[in-house]
Amino acid sequence: MQIDYFYPEYEVVRNKEKCTRCGLCVSQCSNHVHSYSEEHRRMITDDAKCVNCHRCVCVCPVGALKITGSNHQFKHNANWSRRTIMEIYSQAETGGVLLSSMGNPKDMPVYWDKILINASQVTNPSIDPLREPMETKVFLGSKPASIERDENGRIRNNLPPHIALDVPILFSAMSYGSISLNAHASLVHAAVDLGTCYNSGEGGLHDDFYRYSANTIIQVASGRFGVHKEYLEAGAAIEIKMGQGAKPGIGGHLPGNKIVGEISKTRMIPEGSDAISPAPHHDIYSIEDLRQLVYSLKEATGYKKPIIVKVAAVHNIASIASGIARSGADIIALDGFRGGTGAAPTRIRDNVGIPIELALASVDERLRQEGIRGNVSLIAGGSIRNSADVVKALALGADAVYIATGALVALGCHLCRGCHSGTCNWGIATQDPALVSRLDPEEGRRRLVNLVSAWTHEIKEMMGGMGINSIEALTGNRLMLRGVGLNAKELEVLGIMHAGE
Amino acid sequence: MNKEGQIRIPSGCAISGIFSRSGSRFDGERIIKSISTMHDRSNGLGGGFAGYGIYPDYKDYYAFHIFYDSTAAKEECEKLLDRRFDIINLSKIPTRKTNRITDEPLIWRYFVTPLPTKLSESQLDEDEFTTRCVIHINTKVPGAYVFSSGKNMGVFKAVGFPEDVGYFYRLEDYEGHCWTAHGRYPTNTPGWWGGAHPFALRDFSIVHNGEISSYDTNRRYIEMFGYRCTLLTDTEVITYIVDFLLRKRGLTLEETAQVIAAPFWSTIEKKPPEEQEILTYLRNTFSSLLITGPFSVLLGFSGGIMALNDRLKLRSMVIGEKDDMVYLASEECAIRVIAPELDRFWSPKGGEPAIFTLNGGENHAD
Ligand code: SF4
Ligand code: SF4
Repeated sequence: MQIDYFYPEYEVVRNKEKCTRCGLCVSQCSNHVHSYSEEHRRMITDDAKCVNCHRCVCVCPVGALKITGSNHQFKHNANWSRRTIMEIYSQAETGGVLLSSMGNPKDMPVYWDKILINASQVTNPSIDPLREPMETKVFLGSKPASIERDENGRIRNNLPPHIALDVPILFSAMSYGSISLNAHASLVHAAVDLGTCYNSGEGGLHDDFYRYSANTIIQVASGRFGVHKEYLEAGAAIEIKMGQGAKPGIGGHLPGNKIVGEISKTRMIPEGSDAISPAPHHDIYSIEDLRQLVYSLKEATGYKKPIIVKVAAVHNIASIASGIARSGADIIALDGFRGGTGAAPTRIRDNVGIPIELALASVDERLRQEGIRGNVSLIAGGSIRNSADVVKALALGADAVYIATGALVALGCHLCRGCHSGTCNWGIATQDPALVSRLDPEEGRRRLVNLVSAWTHEIKEMMGGMGINSIEALTGNRLMLRGVGLNAKELEVLGIMHAGE
Repeated sequence: MNKEGQIRIPSGCAISGIFSRSGSRFDGERIIKSISTMHDRSNGLGGGFAGYGIYPDYKDYYAFHIFYDSTAAKEECEKLLDRRFDIINLSKIPTRKTNRITDEPLIWRYFVTPLPTKLSESQLDEDEFTTRCVIHINTKVPGAYVFSSGKNMGVFKAVGFPEDVGYFYRLEDYEGHCWTAHGRYPTNTPGWWGGAHPFALRDFSIVHNGEISSYDTNRRYIEMFGYRCTLLTDTEVITYIVDFLLRKRGLTLEETAQVIAAPFWSTIEKKPPEEQEILTYLRNTFSSLLITGPFSVLLGFSGGIMALNDRLKLRSMVIGEKDDMVYLASEECAIRVIAPELDRFWSPKGGEPAIFTLNGGENHAD
């Protein structure tokens, strides 16, 4: 007997009529769910190993497969869910910390879905994006505090360094190591085509990508993996990663079995050694230390690149952001608690941090109250799922948004949340060459460009509806938003009115 | 029902302006005639005028026009004024009874100058000191509202059709070298006099027709610099933006227009590199002050007048010139009715400012 035996959560259902026993599912499932029994001359499935990634379903040439939830269940209990009980069995067995991937799947409020966008009627014309220019270009960086003129009265260009983007959407940090080289190649090439930036993540930059510096944000995290002078020079901007929405307060861990070949070289650590990013930066124990790191990076790069400080959305985020805005940083990236991850302790992913909508609203408002909103641009991330989320984030106060999970879904990710296993069937969160080769970087690039272009069209439609023809007039335009089903406190924090008001 | 300032009320409008480049002065009758031609563009829920050069005897003093809801509000406000300013002269603003203008508040005028001791204590210049005081009264003294605060200029406004407002304030008794007028068509109104236009801050006055879609972006940005948008109207925020860019940031009128009605990127790309750099600089630096959506505004200031349309020209505005006179209005009829023969008549392009200054004057509003 096994105490923790549970009839599998998913069942792989094979339509025997359709199945030709071609064996494709056998070779495609890295979790070894499918096999062919010579003896019984039939296909066998081991449902218990299935993570519900849909790879086999998508590749099956005759459409013979589907994955369903099994209806095996514990006695109903609103407090003790299946997941809660299974986690206890697992910890009782192993004594270990639970690990998970991707964003928090729990049923927590998604404020985006309780916010509605305005449109013009009668008193103000809407603008047709097919007939009139509709501008989506944004600059990220600090704004000058005063106008300076030369002896002829001409304005002197005293703008601090900034990045210019054709669209208000950037790809956020995912390290080479946590995702594959082909995934990185898809992202960087799409960023080039779209006139935006992707983010190297904390694992250094592969040699192949040094030439795309105009479209690259390079990251410096607590582990300092792969950081050297050329690396710092290789980006349009430098991001200091103080935290991540999926796991605020803790560092990163890439297991030694993923530190192979090129990854070990890029990270500048020996093959097979675990890459552990400490929880804090050990040279930043306080806000004044952050200022020193910001300025060391500026010194190292000749004050030519904007510095982004990325922080997880935590309770005191408004004060933290205000400190960062005074530390010399040019851009603050806020990462909400639904943000994705390649691996995080489950308890932390699901219980630490706050929603990006509330964090963004309170940070933007605080910076304005203190008169320092112009010191920094704001990027919001941590589960931006579609173009409406982008519009709402901008109207709440973001200058641009970071997307990552959405970008991976465009590449084929089916949100099976098994990234930490390293056996991603879609060639994304894996370093197994056979699996990586499943992701064609050219196809990935095309799909990412399509996704962001489609969102941009939709953003323009929504802007036109509001009578706004330039994206900068949307940033912070909270009057364009209304809440539905939110209580007075939530509306107050979001700084918006309720629908009907 | 909520008062203006507690809710945002969309409005359509008519605007008109007359300006003498030589500085010759004329009374308020012509501007009344001009604005009344566009009667159908107002709905009787707000009208007003601004006249420049009307107080030559007091030209070095700030002229405060104040609405009071009650004598208590007046007492409190006057106490405050007394503490900060030398009051050179005070009087009721002369009005004439008409059954078309009702429910009038107490309307008072003060010519003032900051007390030197208070001014030096504040470490502010005279203009900033006065601006802060006006904002303070309007936000902190219940029932008192300063609706005009410039030197040698004054705003006259009320709930009613503009021609009736002009009659009520006896504008034929004032002579100025520049007049602007506004007739309002709010979709609803609590009928508060302070909500009528022009909106003025010191010598800047704005009449505006439109409904800007960038309102909250503009408001939330400008409030970082000490302004308080209490009326929630476009005109108010545009006035503050103009004051901020011209006075606090030292931009020229053209540069100000390039911020608030910035050229499209596609237009900027076609400019010579030097100009590109400046236009890009202004759009980037003041991105939150770009105004989108329909607007046509007339900005009055001490030395002249500026007309500006939104970048798509979603609101009409035409200009006529005859000798040294310039006429600006929402519709041609409002010009022809007072100046049938014109030397030149045109419709300025969207986003391109038309600036007229007193002969020999500078293109600076400060
Ligand atoms: S893990 Fe994926 S590929 Fe394997 S059986 Fe389940 S759905 Fe199919
Ligand atoms: S990246 Fe791969 S392993 Fe991770 S959730 Fe997506 S499909 Fe699953």
